[in-house]
Amino acid sequence: MKRVWMKGALNGVYALSVSMAIWFAPQTALAQATAASLAPEPAVVASSGLAAGREAPLMAEDPKLEARLVDISQELRCLVCQNESLASSHAELADDLRREVRELIRSGKSDQEIKDFLVARYGDFVLYRPEVKPLTWVLWFGPFLLLVIAAVGLGMYLRQRRALAAPAALSDEARERAKQLLKG
Amino acid sequence: MIPELGHFALILAAVVALMQGVLPIAGTLVRDAQTQVTLQSLARPTAALQFVLVAFAFGALAAAFLGNDFSVQYVAQHSNSLLPKPYQFAAVWGGHEGSLLLWVLLLSLWTVAVAVFSRSLPLDMVARVIGVLGLISVGFLLFILTTSNPFERLLPAALDGRDLNPLLQDPGLVIHPPMLYMGYVGMAVAFAFAVSALMSGRLDAAWARWSRPWTVVAWMFLTFGIGLGSWWAYYELGWGGWWFWDPVENASLMPWLVGTALIHSLMVTEKRGSFKAWTVLLAIAAFSLSLLGTFLVRSGVLTSVHAFASDPKRGVFILIFLAVVVGSSLTLFAWRAPRVALGGRMELVSRESFLLANSVLLVVATAAVLLGTIYPLIIDALNLGKLSVGPPYFNAVFAPLLVPTVFLIIPGSVARWRDANVREIVFKLRWTFASALGLALVLPFALGAWSIGAAFGLFLGLWVALGTAQQVLARVNKPGRIPASFWGQHLAHFGMAVLVIGITGVKSYEVERDVRMQIGDVVTIAPYTFRLNSLDEVRGPNYKAVRADVQVLRNDKIIEILQPEKRRYFSSAMPMTEAGIDSGFMRDLYVSLGEPLDDARTEWSMRVYYKPFVPWLWGGVVLMVLGGLLAALDRRYRK
Amino acid sequence: MKKVLIPLVLFIGLVVFLAVGLKRDPREIPSPLIGKPAPHFTLFTLEGGDAKFSPSDMQGQVWMLNVWATWCVACREEHPVLVAFAEKNQVPIVGLSYKEIQPQDPAYKAPFDEKLKLARERSEVWLKRHGNPYVTSVMDMDGRVGINYGVYGVPETYVIDKAGVIRYKFVGAVSPALLAEKILPLIAELNKS
Repeated sequence: MKRVWMKGALNGVYALSVSMAIWFAPQTALAQATAASLAPEPAVVASSGLAAGREAPLMAEDPKLEARLVDISQELRCLVCQNESLASSHAELADDLRREVRELIRSGKSDQEIKDFLVARYGDFVLYRPEVKPLTWVLWFGPFLLLVIAAVGLGMYLRQRRALAAPAALSDEARERAKQLLKG
Repeated sequence: MIPELGHFALILAAVVALMQGVLPIAGTLVRDAQTQVTLQSLARPTAALQFVLVAFAFGALAAAFLGNDFSVQYVAQHSNSLLPKPYQFAAVWGGHEGSLLLWVLLLSLWTVAVAVFSRSLPLDMVARVIGVLGLISVGFLLFILTTSNPFERLLPAALDGRDLNPLLQDPGLVIHPPMLYMGYVGMAVAFAFAVSALMSGRLDAAWARWSRPWTVVAWMFLTFGIGLGSWWAYYELGWGGWWFWDPVENASLMPWLVGTALIHSLMVTEKRGSFKAWTVLLAIAAFSLSLLGTFLVRSGVLTSVHAFASDPKRGVFILIFLAVVVGSSLTLFAWRAPRVALGGRMELVSRESFLLANSVLLVVATAAVLLGTIYPLIIDALNLGKLSVGPPYFNAVFAPLLVPTVFLIIPGSVARWRDANVREIVFKLRWTFASALGLALVLPFALGAWSIGAAFGLFLGLWVALGTAQQVLARVNKPGRIPASFWGQHLAHFGMAVLVIGITGVKSYEVERDVRMQIGDVVTIAPYTFRLNSLDEVRGPNYKAVRADVQVLRNDKIIEILQPEKRRYFSSAMPMTEAGIDSGFMRDLYVSLGEPLDDARTEWSMRVYYKPFVPWLWGGVVLMVLGGLLAALDRRYRK
Repeated sequence: MKKVLIPLVLFIGLVVFLAVGLKRDPREIPSPLIGKPAPHFTLFTLEGGDAKFSPSDMQGQVWMLNVWATWCVACREEHPVLVAFAEKNQVPIVGLSYKEIQPQDPAYKAPFDEKLKLARERSEVWLKRHGNPYVTSVMDMDGRVGINYGVYGVPETYVIDKAGVIRYKFVGAVSPALLAEKILPLIAELNKS
């Protein structure tokens, strides 16, 4: 009886906490911040008290363009750094290349065209996401091929192990004896 | 004088290590019983002596740093008289030569630990294990003595040192490399046990039971070390990233993945005597990947932000060492493994098969990381050009492989040994599945932004968390003592769930504002407001900095003051950012100071981040480490 | 082959690749422009006034393009080698002054004409002091032409043939050995056609 109560209580607590989580979630800081991030650039907040002040302007003149710049340049390599992306590097050449990419975005080029522009000048080395071409088939498809082969191998192996001779079934007499021994 | 003594101690240590490597193993091969015992008994004393000598050498180098002895070249390269004392000590492992000495010190420490905690092992096993560890020590000591001597003199002595790289002047440096190396080197113990088992021909459940606690402890350190490195990069580099798929990071992840597979495989071998050959192979692979990592980081073969200064001579030595150690153990494997008897019978669906699937998935994931890391090298070596493989590749390939691995944690831990019933498993887990799915679909809505990635990640994390809770509750309600390993297992799995939710959360809900700020300006990321209160010039022991005072407000009250800095170390032209971070349970508030935007330095670029769930990344890692600790302390290993 | 040998075989393959890799420089980036026409540009030259230069001006000759700057330390090492080379050989070398006014320079924010004047002055002074191997030097003030040529580190040197196609690129300071063994023979061959 106690078991049933405990189970019931546990289930109740569980259901209650789940409902509370869902109920209160929108009011959490997380939800507010998410809403804030989805909203367009915040207007100047004329609040009072300690939080009064000019809302700092974004560094970027065009946030949408900058966002696209960041997306593209995260997939590009800084050529003069020790393994850093074009997005995060502070190197002078990185600044120049980001400027070029910004111009290309402004002139309406697509992501692929921008990548092609850089590859034409610096080669495949500049791409952090290698193009899928015969040279990189092993790279892109190798792991999944390996997974398939391994899964098949695993299946075959387990089937083989299952086929191992099963231990001989106990005779009734032996079973009785075993019962007696276990009880005593 | 002391550096020369240190150098001499290393030479002696190499000789002792050679004796330690050869004599006890020879003692397992001779016929005469008396000689056998005599030679095998040399294992423990030689291990102890080697440790004392290496520790002395390490102490000598530390003394040179703490005493500002700039007549030692390595000290002059990595230290400075203005460097604070704790960093002067940590600078011992701030460069290639000293970090190798740390490696060797920790290897000899592990060896002594094996010597001490092996009372219940037969002497011939102890002899083989310590012997193998001795041979590895010889290799590293020779490497140090011939190509990487930290005790080289610089004459005439420098007036002052070049200073430690400012990026390393941080508590992270003090603890991250030692923890990481404890993990790498700890894998050598599992390796030594595996090779010993192959040599003796005694590959059985007892061997697995001996190996397992050592492997778990090594895994613990490796987990902790990797987590620390990630945390360090997060707060030190100033823009909040925590994993870059850099070759050196991959070099630490690969042994971790295989180490995880090894722990789970050892479980099966211990319980049912199965998968012996596979487990041995995993043990060899884990340490081989540690060695491979050493090669990749120090040979100059790959470009990395972490790489030590490279020298082709060093690369050649490590490669030869790697080839000899791994090549000979794989040859031994090929020779001995076929003779190993098969273990018990198992069904297609059983805990064994789940654990084997876990092994397979982790090994494939490791292979993917290895492939991505060395692919540029392979293409270049084949004269087919130069390409780069970066985060976009690894994220695309690695995540899909980890998803089934994490998912299977729950059915795998619920399944019965030898013969499990799929229907039974599904039935047991039906409510957990439904809850996880339901919450994963609903919570992102409630939080304001639904995406398939957020829902999927949340489902995976909740599945493991709820499934673990279910099993713990079920067990607690039953009579009987619960072993520490039970708690360890579930705590570690729960930690994994926390980590998965952390990663999902921060990737899905992070908010970044890149702004220009003057004193008095605010940045609003509701419900928080960040206000730039002042900009001050400050001075540290070996740097000058501009420090921003940023008030963090919520509901018009100051809840925290963050102080990001832009530092100029005297010894380096490179400016350094120190981020200001406020960590809570559910989120980090992260502010980083950029560059002055006008000549009067009144307007600065700044980055303000709201990073939800980031503390769960570190929390998840800590839980996994604690889980490992509990598992290793289980009573049955302490006999 | 027995299954147990697979790990060993795979490992040996890995070691072979790593061994070959030891001899490679992972930071060296080969140019995709070899065999392609030299990208077009029109830039002001060092000489002053409105004089401009384009690669098409060199059509019909085999010539070299050397990317340099007065702030570049390695260029100073390379320069005497180039000067000696220019004296002895009939190969015209055109200099590309790359981003002479750097971002940290206060003059960086000045209007273009001022910057150009300052860059010309600095380059002239430098060339007077160290010797001038160039038939002319063009001023790439913002580095755009450099990017089109795939420049990532100064100094860099290109060999361009009579049809205006890039035939060879070297990154780093040229040495007498390189000139003698690689560049001169190539130029001789290109001159034959």
